[in-house]
Amino acid sequence: MGGYILKRLLSAIPVLLGITVIVFLIMAMIPGDPATAILGSYATPENVERLNRHLGLDEPLWRQYFIWLGNLVQGDFGRSFALNRPVLDEILDRFSATLVLAGTAFVLCSLLGIVAGVVSAARQYGLADKAITFVVILGISVPSFFLGMMMILFFAVQLRWFPVSGMYSIWGGGDLPDLIRHLTMPALALSVVATGVIARLSRGAMLEVLRQDFVRTARAKGVHERRVIWGHALRAAMVGIIPVLGIQAGFVLSGAVYIEMVFQWPGVGRMLVDGILKRDILLVQGGVVFIAACYVGFNIIVDVAQAWLDPRIKT
Amino acid sequence: MSLFLRLLFRNKLAGFGAVVLGVIVLLALLTPILPLHLPNETNTANRFLRPMSEGHLLGTDHLGRDLLSRLMWGTRLSLAVGFAAALVAGLLGAAIGVMAGYFGGRTDNVTMRGVDMLMAFPYILLALAIVAVLGPGLLNALIAVAVVNIPFFARNIRGVTVGIAHREFIDAAKLAGMGHTRILLTEVVPNIVPVVVIAMSTTIGWMILETAGLSFLGLGSQPPQADLGSMLGEARSALITAPHTSIVPGVMILLIVMSVNLLGDGIRDALDPRLRSGALARPMATTRVERAEAPAPKGEGLLRIDDLETQFHVGSRIYKAVNKVSLDLKPGECLGLIGESGSGKSVTALSVMGLVASPPGVITGGAVRLEGRDLIGAPYEVLRSLRGRKVAYIFQDPLSTLHPLYHIGDQLIEAIRVHEHVTHAQAHERAVKLLEDVRIPNAGARAKAYPHELSGGMRQRVGIAMALANDPDIIIADEPTTALDVTVQAQILALLSDLRRDRGLAILFITHDFGVVGQLCDRVAVMYGGRIVEAGDTAEVLAAPAHPYTKRLIACVPELGGGRRELAAIPGLPPAVDDLPAGCAFAPRCDKAQTACRADEIDLTGDTHKVRCLYPEGAS
Amino acid sequence: MTIALKATDLAKTFDIGKRLIGPPRAQVHAVHPVSFEVQTGETLGVVGESGCGKSTLARMLVGLLPPTSGSIEIEGRALDRADPAAFGRLIQYVFQDPVSSLNPRKTIRQIIEVPLRLLHGLRGKALDDRIAELFDAVNLRPEFLSRYPHEFSGGQAQRIGIARALAASPRIVILDEPVSALDVSVQAQVLNLLADLKAEFNLTYLFISHDLAVVEAVSDRIAVLYFGSIVETGPAEKVFAAPRHPYTSLLADSAPVVGRPLGGAQSGELPDPLNPPPGCAFAGRCPRASDVCRAKVPELRAVEGDQFVACHHPLDP
Repeated sequence: MGGYILKRLLSAIPVLLGITVIVFLIMAMIPGDPATAILGSYATPENVERLNRHLGLDEPLWRQYFIWLGNLVQGDFGRSFALNRPVLDEILDRFSATLVLAGTAFVLCSLLGIVAGVVSAARQYGLADKAITFVVILGISVPSFFLGMMMILFFAVQLRWFPVSGMYSIWGGGDLPDLIRHLTMPALALSVVATGVIARLSRGAMLEVLRQDFVRTARAKGVHERRVIWGHALRAAMVGIIPVLGIQAGFVLSGAVYIEMVFQWPGVGRMLVDGILKRDILLVQGGVVFIAACYVGFNIIVDVAQAWLDPRIKT
Repeated sequence: MSLFLRLLFRNKLAGFGAVVLGVIVLLALLTPILPLHLPNETNTANRFLRPMSEGHLLGTDHLGRDLLSRLMWGTRLSLAVGFAAALVAGLLGAAIGVMAGYFGGRTDNVTMRGVDMLMAFPYILLALAIVAVLGPGLLNALIAVAVVNIPFFARNIRGVTVGIAHREFIDAAKLAGMGHTRILLTEVVPNIVPVVVIAMSTTIGWMILETAGLSFLGLGSQPPQADLGSMLGEARSALITAPHTSIVPGVMILLIVMSVNLLGDGIRDALDPRLRSGALARPMATTRVERAEAPAPKGEGLLRIDDLETQFHVGSRIYKAVNKVSLDLKPGECLGLIGESGSGKSVTALSVMGLVASPPGVITGGAVRLEGRDLIGAPYEVLRSLRGRKVAYIFQDPLSTLHPLYHIGDQLIEAIRVHEHVTHAQAHERAVKLLEDVRIPNAGARAKAYPHELSGGMRQRVGIAMALANDPDIIIADEPTTALDVTVQAQILALLSDLRRDRGLAILFITHDFGVVGQLCDRVAVMYGGRIVEAGDTAEVLAAPAHPYTKRLIACVPELGGGRRELAAIPGLPPAVDDLPAGCAFAPRCDKAQTACRADEIDLTGDTHKVRCLYPEGAS
Repeated sequence: MTIALKATDLAKTFDIGKRLIGPPRAQVHAVHPVSFEVQTGETLGVVGESGCGKSTLARMLVGLLPPTSGSIEIEGRALDRADPAAFGRLIQYVFQDPVSSLNPRKTIRQIIEVPLRLLHGLRGKALDDRIAELFDAVNLRPEFLSRYPHEFSGGQAQRIGIARALAASPRIVILDEPVSALDVSVQAQVLNLLADLKAEFNLTYLFISHDLAVVEAVSDRIAVLYFGSIVETGPAEKVFAAPRHPYTSLLADSAPVVGRPLGGAQSGELPDPLNPPPGCAFAGRCPRASDVCRAKVPELRAVEGDQFVACHHPLDP
């Protein structure tokens, strides 16, 4: 197992390099003078001059890449001109908020989705199956930002159960119950689509597995049906479900961008959108690389979980 | 095509989706000629009019623009962009996937690493980066959404293409002189098209959502032009004071995406041949029973099957897989049940413990008595407690019948512990002993192996050990050696024969091989078309078969040591059990058949050597 | 007698665990260098258990798989590997799984037409006549031509597969387990059809199967494959009746025969292909194995007349 983890970690290095190349190339395609684009149109000529030197913008493209990469590795993501602070500091501040939101939503959608999928498959064509299928279709069809807005209207404005927006109360907040009150609605809104997708997929994977010969073997042994479904079949179905969880984590992270806008959540998604609208290139560049790197890390965890579950992968 | 539409609309939800989507598309197409306000006509005096206001059916927005008109124009735009993005992503992704999957090797490797690289981004990062470069705008949002979805299509289609490229008909096409281009176009692509259609129809909704999302963030369509997403984005600041400006476009997006998804699912179901044949139905824990009454027992026996009828109900068709089959098994006896595929021998065996997959299987008549107790229609808990404890099964393919993710030792331990309250350690000890009993070398260490780490022969030994776990009285072996090589088959048969003698097991042995029956079984029953056509002592049946089918089937099988020769073939095909002839099922292929053979059902007659034939062999 | 097919030192090695650059992690020798000849009009039976390399051998012979080394000659001419059509006109293949070898989205006519058009340039009436002729030869009714593969049973589909192979007018047909997917009552029909066609079109067969009795019944000569090597060849009536290689003997004893007690109970298993033994691959299972067997790979040599065996200690007849 240790060997596999090491192998998987090593294989992430080319992926990370590839990510930096892609991001760098995309950003290099931005039309116009890069220094002005990075510093904004009000930059002084001295500042433009200094940045050009710092980033080697007068050098050929490949050298620019290595200079940029070298800075990245040393933790120098550059300075955001709009916020006038180091990009990395801003990202780290914002990313913890996103992690709380997306992490909660991810746990929610994984649990709910898998349970709903298994129940649905076990009661195929029954009432529970039909109800779940209907809710799932609704769930994957509703835009999460619209759902979030409707939740605000109903639960925050009408019923006053939850605060309208933000991560902590401005006065007297900051503790865990306060966070949970603020987190409930955005996390739910964010998890709905992914729950639907995971439920659908789990149902399909379960139906596929339940027809296989080893399920019949388990029944022929006299294993109780509950254990056949939640033990034998689900374990085998997880082999198909776990990679999808990895992909869905990316979708949850993506959906967080919308939800952060709707609920004024101080996360990294809002930072990126603002950065794009203000053309704060270094902030966007750094944010994209940072989040992508975290996502790669998460996918390694997914792969390791998969290998732990399925002994056929390691060999 | 008409079959496709019929299947599509058989699904009511898909039909509903099609109708809703049809209406929306029609209205969107007609928008320019409908009597609507101009969508960008501002009138700040009429800000935030509520729905049902005069002249503004859905009210107005923060600039006093007519919401209905903006909704219709926005729908038009959102639909167009969503479909365009799906089409671009689908076609480009499919092209990449087909190339990579068909050519394989380095092309595949390089392409798929690129795809993996793109998939290493949460999709919105890539979309945001693309928009950051191209600048905000609807067309740019479309490009971004299409590009980020290409990897998903490429990967999906590649997987399917690899499957097809390894099918034998591709090899056959190469041998018939086809070049790569021709094979791709005429052999591969036609088989890929349904998959692409399914993938597109199930992702269009998603694409519409994504483009709406980018517009919502202010990165898609720019004012004054509005699609549904940017309408929502603009309305957000007035969410609390004028909720209708948010609800109207939001509900429209929901309606569009839901109808697209329902329709997409319908298309998927209609195109998927497995769903069409009902093969994706989940089998229940026990076979369904629809039996009028149990027939009286015809005699004694450890296991007695009387007039068993098991059918498969698929749509309006009824396949009579097992048709009034009677068998009996005495303690310690080995009974061979022989027949060709489709003769009903396996279904008979599975019916005993209610293991026939249902749906579509239904037991419609007869009785299965274990020590005199009828098992057909017995409560689930009764059947469960007998399964593996009194009657155990050995199945055909030992790779697919063992759970791939559990240690074989744990699978044995489970088999013991479902029926007996013993500690894990005790069960483990017994499991290792069982592995030794089936002559697996180094049993203690092998208990920690997974099935895929063992050879086929070793796996089948594990299957046998599992059957022995609770010291059953009866083992039902369903073609246990068919998937094995001949030398391994000999080992397994010898093992079964020894175990049977040592433990006094009764075995019901299902096979299609007369040689195996001849070596292992005391008695044999021959099945054809769901019925038993002949039964008796093995030596007697093999030496002097009474039914013409038995006689000719034995003659068909070449026996080793006979040298080069012309084989005696049986003309024609085995009968389809959903359309059995009136009299003897073998009559259409039998050269002795008379009119009487085709008239009525024929009884199984005889004392110890029974035969279902009016003109049996040997009796002139 | 002329030689229809000659393989010289034909071998295939598969790379396991390919990387983007650099050598593969491991190699498996699916077929060790084998040499054999098939006379015109002869049927050579190739028999072996799963994993012995018989399908790999067959796919190399028809050009679907490039050999790692060695050469193939057909009627005295070396085969040009670059041109699949050149293979197609000389040598054809009948697949094990008849249904999977037919494209589900094409009619039978479309399937049969391809080799006639591409390999022989037939068009119009000549094409129709030839199709009718072929269908007649394999005893299928002409109305089947407009149907799709899923409408046929295994036996019928295999006849279609045979008709397609014959459409190329090949000199040699490789039959790769052509009846193992079929029921016994249908199996005999197809085997007899193959025998008739061989006589009618003066074909040469290479018949591959795991079923000893079937191979014995249809072949003139038999080659026994074990772990990628030919261990014994000889006339069909002698190979199983008087085997000289202990493995052939084990095979013959293992085949279930009515009225004979169960045999071959304790006979071990195949060696690990990733970690093959140094000497004879059968040494680990062989009751006669000696030190030389575990050190040196035996060569195929004549023991008696046209019976050849690769064994240091061959059995007495």
